[in-house]
Amino acid sequence: MAQTPISVTLDQIFVLLRDWLVHFLPAALRPFAGVVLGVVAIAAVFPGLFALTTVFERKGLGRMQNRLGPNRVGPFGFFQPIADGIKSLTKEDIVPTNADAVVHFLAPLVLVVAVFMGFAVLPVGRNMVLVDMDAGLLFFFAMGASTELSIFMAGWSSRNKYSILGAMRAIAQMISYEVPLLLSSVTVVMIAGSLSLTKIVEAQNQYTGIFPHWYVFTPWGLASFLMFAIAATAETNRSPFDLPEGESELVSGYFTEYSGFKFALFFLGEYLGMFSISGLGATLFLGGWSAPLSFLGFVPSWIWFFAKVMTAIFIFIWMRGTLPRLRQDQLMNFAWKFVLPFSLLNLMVTALWRFMDGGWLRWVVCSAILLGAYLLMARTGMHRKHFGPRSYRYAE
Amino acid sequence: MSIVFYGIAALTVAGALATVLLKNTVHCALAVAVAFAGLALLFLSLDAQFVGFAQILVYVGAVAILVVFAILLTRGSETPEGGVFSRSWLAGLAVGAGVFAVLGWAVIESARALPLGTAAPVATVHDIGVALVGRYVLPLEIVALLLTAATIGAVIVALHEKERPR
Repeated sequence: MAQTPISVTLDQIFVLLRDWLVHFLPAALRPFAGVVLGVVAIAAVFPGLFALTTVFERKGLGRMQNRLGPNRVGPFGFFQPIADGIKSLTKEDIVPTNADAVVHFLAPLVLVVAVFMGFAVLPVGRNMVLVDMDAGLLFFFAMGASTELSIFMAGWSSRNKYSILGAMRAIAQMISYEVPLLLSSVTVVMIAGSLSLTKIVEAQNQYTGIFPHWYVFTPWGLASFLMFAIAATAETNRSPFDLPEGESELVSGYFTEYSGFKFALFFLGEYLGMFSISGLGATLFLGGWSAPLSFLGFVPSWIWFFAKVMTAIFIFIWMRGTLPRLRQDQLMNFAWKFVLPFSLLNLMVTALWRFMDGGWLRWVVCSAILLGAYLLMARTGMHRKHFGPRSYRYAE
Repeated sequence: MSIVFYGIAALTVAGALATVLLKNTVHCALAVAVAFAGLALLFLSLDAQFVGFAQILVYVGAVAILVVFAILLTRGSETPEGGVFSRSWLAGLAVGAGVFAVLGWAVIESARALPLGTAAPVATVHDIGVALVGRYVLPLEIVALLLTAATIGAVIVALHEKERPR
């Protein structure tokens, strides 16, 4: 028997571990037990990442705002999420008297369940996907769309004007940005010719010289990726699109009336949404679990996937520390007058790319169309705004 | 007919019944979302992945939200005082029974038209895509035209009316 190299063993270590654990069981139970182990792994890893991310976010934001951030619990404040967890578990769970108790109770559960479902089709490493579905991308978006309903349930059942305002804002925003999100993902489907996320990763796991065939390194791919990133930020209600939560205007929007562990569940749902949408972005445009340079293939594939996701999370945090919040009309104008037309144009460009034969000509043509359209739209859009020194109507 | 089918069917029927029997309109909208999800599960249990996920994406993700918006933007979500049954419920019952009878007849007839023991057709997402842009491209384009017209109509309705000098 040929000795498998250590890098392959490390790459497949979780698959091997699962198979080893499962082989203790009778053969009839093995497929079922394998799935259960996969679910347990997802349910353990991503909330664990969530706990880590909250610390990193608070410390990173603190750094950007010239303060320290949490530094009391444990070394450098890294045990803060444990303290937060205990706090939210022991806090009183308050349900407003006027609230619709059943819907109020169900809303956080629906949110967390729908968000967790999305992870089922994400390939987190070579051979590491819970369900390899033929229509994986469609499944992901179907689950993402059902979170909107849970947000409405939370906002409406609370019987609070801030909650309902936040919920309406959130739903309007999510519906508006779901269109470009889907359109920019469709370009990848057009080129890869499959809705299966594992096949999309396989298509990108090739190299010319040392450089990978990631879709982000093509003109249409870069445009799609940027539109996807904008839409994904809006879809997860992250700054600068955090109007639905807007602490200073809506006291955290649709989950104002939630306390204790239900509040923690909303928080968890929001961060899990960030992880899953970043994972999808990495899978569609950044080659999923494939290595960024061909000679880096010895590093286990799951490390690359999580490295890409955590980079995306860092950029989310960075943007939150940098950009001010948009206004509602700016948000809608941006979605319908810039992101959507540009995504539609990009769809055409992708079709052009698909049917022009390979060679430098299609690079020039596609890049020229996209750049020209961007300059035209951005210039006219900015020109119409009449930017100038700020004037105050009521102050001064 | 397995226990899974009966479970999903019970969920779907319960959601549909709750939709017509509950008093609060928003509760009805949420119940209809449950019925939609149940239908999607039925499609999935028949190995029709594309239809099942499209059902969730379109009906639970968009139609239910649209219904909810319509309720909140029009009459408000408060429970009406005079009960939820309209005075013409008898006529409504007759129309509902008629539609159900026609649909039921169509389903039973189509089942008889097929020879017994035919294997369920396997339709992958790829096959559906090829059929949509191949044989059924004209219906697809017509639907697309209709939807575009509807979108433009919605934009026109929502446009600010410009004040004309008289």
